[in-house]
Amino acid sequence: MEKSKTESDARSLASLLARNQAQVLERWRSSLLADLASRGPAITESDLNRQSGQFLAALRGALERDNGASIQGSAWDQTRGILTEISREQARRGATSSEVATFIFSLKEALFGLVQTEFADDPQRMAREVWNTSNILDRLGLLTTDIALKSREETILRQQKEMLELSTPVVKLWTGILALPLIGTLDSERTQVVMESLLDEIVRTEAGIAIIDITGVPTVDTLVAQHLLKTVAAARLMGAECIISGIRPQIASTIVHLGVDLGGVSTKATLADAFAMALLRSGLGVCRTEPRRTSSGQ
Amino acid sequence: MGEFLLVTVQVDMHDRLAMTLQEDLTEKIVGSHARGVLIDISALDVVDSFIGRMLGNIASMSRVLDAETVVVGMRPAVAITLVELGLALPGIRTALSVERGMELLRAGISANQLSVIEANPDDRHS
Repeated sequence: MEKSKTESDARSLASLLARNQAQVLERWRSSLLADLASRGPAITESDLNRQSGQFLAALRGALERDNGASIQGSAWDQTRGILTEISREQARRGATSSEVATFIFSLKEALFGLVQTEFADDPQRMAREVWNTSNILDRLGLLTTDIALKSREETILRQQKEMLELSTPVVKLWTGILALPLIGTLDSERTQVVMESLLDEIVRTEAGIAIIDITGVPTVDTLVAQHLLKTVAAARLMGAECIISGIRPQIASTIVHLGVDLGGVSTKATLADAFAMALLRSGLGVCRTEPRRTSSGQ
Repeated sequence: MGEFLLVTVQVDMHDRLAMTLQEDLTEKIVGSHARGVLIDISALDVVDSFIGRMLGNIASMSRVLDAETVVVGMRPAVAITLVELGLALPGIRTALSVERGMELLRAGISANQLSVIEANPDDRHS
């Protein structure tokens, strides 16, 4: 009995929406636009108009198919899909999660107004309809918040990955000599990336010597030292020799105090020293010639 | 190949195969008076701790039989795996390619012979 009652209520909400869709949309848009002024340039008016029209049509369709007790059912698939898309778009343009949720919550005013005028003669019915509507909108609002946060997280993860790739360049200094300037803290994940890109590059260029420059590494603790030693050991297994350069005085003393054994690895204070050593080992040298001006220099 | 033995691992090494390789190799070193062993593992893309230890063993045994071992052509993934397993194979010499491995062996052996000649000029005929 109770169930059939709520079903008929929901149906009437659906039919109510069907009859007054244009009017609701008009009111919703006006309240959205009122918010827009305080929201900055992230969302434009035409976007809001398009998104609100799309969503309201989908909401109406879902209400016609389902009573709306839960928004997880298959009847709500399309609505959720559209809402996901809208929330993602807004979040990507820099809207905060509460701003994204406001998109749904501002529909309340329009829908409540509609319910109030329709059931003005029946206060009990009106209260029930208001409760029902508010229930649905609250759930949808929570959904948008979730989606907005999730898309933010995705962005952060993607940026982390990009940073990881950006921060591990392997450069060729000379035929057979590679350099790996490390900048930033070395954690296990980064070591993995560094190691892989260095080893791949060693295979590709057939380089016999790799210089790992740690000038940009702010601190070296036992873990970082261990990661470095692992990289050196892996390169050695491939048949390439590693030189560690750019060790600052503080780091040198830290390494000694921590008791880290860098005995098996050649170390140099600067990249230039390491390069000179690499040239020497490859049987190459640098000699002075007459300075020559390049034509572009004039 | 001259005074060197060249071993190319073409299939995935399983434990028994590794044992067989170890036995065959030691016999070959003795039989052919080889001064160097070159193990090409460029076709190997899966290793475990046993294979890693086996490579170390082969190197130690060859050294006992007075032959240098050089492992060449190790893939990046294999190198990373061995390091993560804690097997840095300190006793093994490595090279990027077979040619470089050959160079390494030749350099090592000629240096050895030179020192022998200098130390005992009278033993040259032996």
